[in-house]
Amino acid sequence: MILHELLSYETLRLTWWVLVGVLLIGFALTDGFDMGVGALLPFVAKTDTERRVAINTVGPVWEGNQVWFIVGGAAIFAAWPPLYAVSFSGFYLAMWLVLAALIVRPVAFKYRSKRDDPRWRSAWDWALFAGGAVPATIFGVAVGNVLQGVPFHFTDDLHAIYEGVWYMKFLSLLNPFALCAGVVSLSMLVMHGAAWLTLKAEGPVQIRARRIGSWAALVAVGGYIGLGLWLAYGFDGYQIAGAYVTDGPSNPLHFEVTKGGSWMQAYALRPWIVIAPALGVLGGLLACIGLRAGREITTLLASKMAIFGMIASVGLTMFPFILPSSTDPRSSLTVWNASSSHLTLFIMLVVTAIFLPLILIYTAWVYKVLWGKVTEADVSENSHGLY
Amino acid sequence: MEFGIVELSRLQFATTAMFHFLFVPLTIGLSIIVAIMETVYVMTNRPIWRQMTKFWGALFGINFAIGVATGITMEFQFGMNWSYYSQYVGDIFGAPLAIEGLMAFFLEATFVGLFFFGWDKLSKVAHLAVAWLVAIGSNFSALWILIANGWMQDPVGAAFNPMTMRMEMTDFWAVLFNEVAQAKFVHTVSAGYVTASVFVLGVSAWYLLRDRHVELARRSIAVAAAFGLASAFSVVLLGDESGYNATHSQKMKLAAIEGMWHTEPAPAAITAFGFPDQEARETHYAIHIPYVMGLIGTRSLTAEIPGITELVEQAEVRIRSGMIAYEALLTLRAEQEATPQLVKDTFERHSADLGFALLLRKYTDTPHLATEAQIKMASNDTVPTVWPLFWAFRIMAGLGFLFIGTMVYFFYRASFKRMQFPRPALHMAVWMIPAPWIAAEMGWFVAEFGRQPWTVDGVLPTAMSVSALSMTEVAITLAGFVIFYSVLFVVEMGLMLKYIRKGPFLEVAETEAWMKRHEIRLMGRKNADAIAMPAE
Repeated sequence: MILHELLSYETLRLTWWVLVGVLLIGFALTDGFDMGVGALLPFVAKTDTERRVAINTVGPVWEGNQVWFIVGGAAIFAAWPPLYAVSFSGFYLAMWLVLAALIVRPVAFKYRSKRDDPRWRSAWDWALFAGGAVPATIFGVAVGNVLQGVPFHFTDDLHAIYEGVWYMKFLSLLNPFALCAGVVSLSMLVMHGAAWLTLKAEGPVQIRARRIGSWAALVAVGGYIGLGLWLAYGFDGYQIAGAYVTDGPSNPLHFEVTKGGSWMQAYALRPWIVIAPALGVLGGLLACIGLRAGREITTLLASKMAIFGMIASVGLTMFPFILPSSTDPRSSLTVWNASSSHLTLFIMLVVTAIFLPLILIYTAWVYKVLWGKVTEADVSENSHGLY
Repeated sequence: MEFGIVELSRLQFATTAMFHFLFVPLTIGLSIIVAIMETVYVMTNRPIWRQMTKFWGALFGINFAIGVATGITMEFQFGMNWSYYSQYVGDIFGAPLAIEGLMAFFLEATFVGLFFFGWDKLSKVAHLAVAWLVAIGSNFSALWILIANGWMQDPVGAAFNPMTMRMEMTDFWAVLFNEVAQAKFVHTVSAGYVTASVFVLGVSAWYLLRDRHVELARRSIAVAAAFGLASAFSVVLLGDESGYNATHSQKMKLAAIEGMWHTEPAPAAITAFGFPDQEARETHYAIHIPYVMGLIGTRSLTAEIPGITELVEQAEVRIRSGMIAYEALLTLRAEQEATPQLVKDTFERHSADLGFALLLRKYTDTPHLATEAQIKMASNDTVPTVWPLFWAFRIMAGLGFLFIGTMVYFFYRASFKRMQFPRPALHMAVWMIPAPWIAAEMGWFVAEFGRQPWTVDGVLPTAMSVSALSMTEVAITLAGFVIFYSVLFVVEMGLMLKYIRKGPFLEVAETEAWMKRHEIRLMGRKNADAIAMPAE
């Protein structure tokens, strides 16, 4: 008996679609508040001690949180090699910007408070701001482009070719719809960062975070609804044309795909998925109210619900597409034709089934140990131990 | 050699990978040394060992941050710059990377925060457990990365699937227990241990020379010398094991390292010194040591090790066989399920050589129709440039023996001469600090440059692996990396030196006072608010 055939190829592909979603949402839920705090830093904290309070609310955990992103990327590589190949090389310069932000951020955390010079500290504060705001925006811009389809095609031997001269490859990503999506994702993570600061900080930092965060939540919800309508009426969706198999070899060129109809047909086909956007909107509004009312744990949970709903809705709306091609729809990547082999998906599933629960347990333990507010007194008493 | 997108992408990969590996070995080794020191602290309850843990831990932290940051670049770059590689072998190569994240990186990154911020919030034993989890995480990280890299050197457990036009995994255990990967793993982590030992030794020697923090420095030397001694032997032995493996899996790399232009009668001699000449295919002014190469490479006196000229002839045979596979593949691709059985069988017979036909893609878009001249050029391409490999290997190996000597000496002085170290020896230890980094970089250079012209040995040529990017794009990002990394390097070195000059933050008396308070705090924990406690 061959063990990996216990689970059908179709089941495994579907499971991995869910798991990659879990990892990316896990990233947004955890590292999302780190980026949110970074983006909020210059606005919620004015004095040096306030800034150190804000930074130290995420100080001990951001490193572990960032791994969600790294593992999300690696999971895409392992589960959907063609997606990894096309998106990372196609969004080349945008990816580099994300990378630059992610390189600057750890260093800024570590080095900011190691010298007293105010200019040194202010420079690193702006680095932390960029390290939060830039990726938070770019991720939204990327999603906005994916929903429209991106211009690439595969050659016969599956070389991925991304259309356009180099600067247009980058500039054409910055279209109005995608930029709006960037604003939504930025405000979503700012809301999340504010919810986190409400829980972990007190005094002026908390008050400012609550004020800015409640506005960010409104922008996120409003923008999200607006983008939904824009998507429904402004853009064509993609459809797999004709018969196809869900357990065939992973060759994107084996499917016929047409552009047309609306993405929103997914809601007619699978009405239950409406729960995702509903959670997104509801969570966002709850977070807004919670921030105003000064509720701490409720707000953070509401914010998590909003992020979960908004991100999940994108995946569910596009299903089974993961990266449609606007110039050569036939090259579009779907859950059914862009995965790894049956064996690889199975092995990765076994590994994930063992380690993901462990990760959740020890991460929860770490958060429990670090439970409690970070105060100005903590920072002044522990000046060289903390960031 | 013309300089195109392939060369530029390689330059970027080499730059970022070698920069990344400036930080990795110290992370791997120092995490263990710090955990050992904390173990002694917990077992003996002596304040000095806690002081040592915190001091070396702080240096570990500075180094760790950049190691992580530059590591993200590595993960992104496969997709960004090597998209055909990612598409072609992602089914095998992606898995160990993802497992690394799940199994190792999560562990070290989650607990590293607690290591630095948890002193006041955890009991002694819990904190020690955290330190070990960070160390285990760092080391497991290396394991999975080297399984991925080992597969590029010796692609076992995988086969080409014409339906998906890529390599697919056929046997996960073969990939996991790949001998090349296992030998590489132990060799690489041992190199990390040596690096950290030499670092701790050198910094401590510097303190002794200045008569500062003598208690801390002496104990640190004791740990570093003992740990370093075992590691230095291990790194050389496992390096030898890698050489033995290469005799089976990467004959060309081995021949190039040795400058062995022609097969010699067994047992072959090793060339200790010389000037390799690629054009003439000979090594000038060579100094040979008889028998040694045969013994290292084959562990026998009778087995032959093939030379470069003979390997080129073998490559030519495989290229011709690969051309047959390529032609059959074209039919398979067009007809798919309708392909005649005869063609399928032909492909099966020759598919192991498909990669060799891809070497021709550099010269023609129709490899199955290649001319004799093109076949000749492609088979000559299978020889990497010999002289850099020849020299890099000798520098690395020479340093390896130097480390053994140093560690034996310091271990002897520490164990039997009551920790009395003559000043010249201490000076030498300080000057030796950069040496393990040079050795590690040389080692990676030999491993990766020696694999050329392949990204995956015998399967996928480097020239085909790149993304369809313009020179401008790669030039922009490369320039960005160089500027960024230079700044990071300066900042990091400045900070390291600042912390080393400053020495440990707390005196022994202060540390002792902290330990008393910590115990009281832990006893009264149920009533007291741990967070509100004054921290150090």
